[in-house]
Amino acid sequence: MSTTTVETDLVTAVARPARPTPAPIPMSRIVSVELRKSFDTRSGFWLLASVGILAVLTTAAVILFAPDDQITYDTFGAAIGIPMAVILPVIAILSITSEWSQRTGLTSFTLVPHRGRIIRAKLAVALGVGVASMLLAFGIGALGNLLGAAIVGVDPVWDITGGDFAGLILFQILNMLIGFMLGVLFRNSAGAIVGYFVYGFVLGTITQVLASTQDWFERAQPWVDFNYTQGALTDATSMTGENWLQLAVTGFFWLALPLAIGLVAVFRSEVK
Amino acid sequence: MIKVDSLTKSYGGFTAVDDVTFTARPGRVTGFLGPNGAGKSTTMRIMVGLTPATSGTTEVSGRRFADLPNPGLEVGVLLDASAQHAGRTGREILTVAAHTMGLPRRRVDEMLERVSLTPSEAGRRVRNYSLGMRQRLGIATALLGDPEVLILDEPANGLDPAGIRWMRDLLRGYADEGGTVLLSSHLLHEIEVIADDLVVIGQGRIVAQGTKTELLASAGTLVRTRDVPGLARALVDADLDFSNLTDALRVDADAELVGQVAHSAGIALTELRPADGAGLEEMFLELTADTQRDTQSIHGSEGAAA
Repeated sequence: MSTTTVETDLVTAVARPARPTPAPIPMSRIVSVELRKSFDTRSGFWLLASVGILAVLTTAAVILFAPDDQITYDTFGAAIGIPMAVILPVIAILSITSEWSQRTGLTSFTLVPHRGRIIRAKLAVALGVGVASMLLAFGIGALGNLLGAAIVGVDPVWDITGGDFAGLILFQILNMLIGFMLGVLFRNSAGAIVGYFVYGFVLGTITQVLASTQDWFERAQPWVDFNYTQGALTDATSMTGENWLQLAVTGFFWLALPLAIGLVAVFRSEVK
Repeated sequence: MIKVDSLTKSYGGFTAVDDVTFTARPGRVTGFLGPNGAGKSTTMRIMVGLTPATSGTTEVSGRRFADLPNPGLEVGVLLDASAQHAGRTGREILTVAAHTMGLPRRRVDEMLERVSLTPSEAGRRVRNYSLGMRQRLGIATALLGDPEVLILDEPANGLDPAGIRWMRDLLRGYADEGGTVLLSSHLLHEIEVIADDLVVIGQGRIVAQGTKTELLASAGTLVRTRDVPGLARALVDADLDFSNLTDALRVDADAELVGQVAHSAGIALTELRPADGAGLEEMFLELTADTQRDTQSIHGSEGAAA
């Protein structure tokens, strides 16, 4: 063995002055960071801008193409709802999946090492963006209704009640939550977006066909088909207590349960 | 201070990190060295809570990472400079991080200046960054909260020689001020010039650790002669472990003993000195030889260094 004197390293005793423990990061700050993150990329910005743009385009289309007697607020509201049902869930999906697909999670989950807090903040932002988007879209629809009525030369018809209005917002919020759930479950942008279209459109069509051809399914549908029960919200004021119960039951199996499974996976998964 | 205690991570039957224990001390740069796939990145991800450990614990500044109230102010982390949203500008990435930590906006400009990213570069989207610029941005993110501990995974990747020099000085200065620096690399030379302490890992296991000086000392003696076979025979007879370098032998013994062996065998030497840097390189290859993908055939005899 070596007999050379192993030069004992002087452990540098340059201890930094002890620092005070920093204050924990408040939840409000995480929410505002997440809000900023949904605007600060070109894609995120245009996705949010498209809410307004699509509302304007749809409103213009209604004015141009709807028959004169259909120029009512309900027509505008129904038309605007269609692009919103596509764009809002995508916003919710990307807020989650970009952490994995763009790998920003490496930084996000290191700066805030509690994934639950970040997910909650994202949920708050998604819901906030959803409600704000719907209010904006309905505002644009209202302007369209005024403009359309003036062009046609009739008095504007305001045929959406407060209850219907709340139902339509809830309908879109549920769509956003479905997007959020799929984002958490798949953690991959393309997969979750495709999943949303399968979930909302393909599955919806299949159950419709099934219900019109199979008696047993038609009877079971209100208790098993979330698209169907959710659709009742577009006419919320005529929903019965049983309808609400059906919405809750199907929502539990189609939304809450898979969301819970996805969250467990998010908390346990490796961020690479 | 970073403490890693009996850390193990297995994926099914594969053990990526196998009972790893080491400490990175304040005021020192600790080099985490190993070939690709040795478990360096996995260990670092476990430290910062991105990967759950199968067993064992890690502590940063005396706490579990998840228990740090505002980790950005205590630990600067750079795991992968490319893991950024390609559509954000460099400045925006720093702004988001500064906002999360609760730091004032001017800190972003200070950091951009510190890592030599110009305002026009900072305004570009990361998609258009070279790897070197991404590394600078990543280091800026790590330094943003003026943390006491730095955890950097392959930070020199993609930097040009001047950039590597800059980083070396930066990390040296950081440690000299009392900071704890842990940086990984698969390049020995990179680590050798900057680290005070070394932790060498291969196939998930620590194969050597200690101060650089210790590891260098244990790397033996370098000896040159025109009669290599003769000297090799003499060394075998003297029961000394040695290995062939390109044009010399490295012996696991001190210079005096090697000199005596050569003298009694009547072999003239052309050079006899402590192996130093050459030894560390060889040690690295030797320690990781079994774990290396490409089998190295540079050593004639096995030598259990360290």
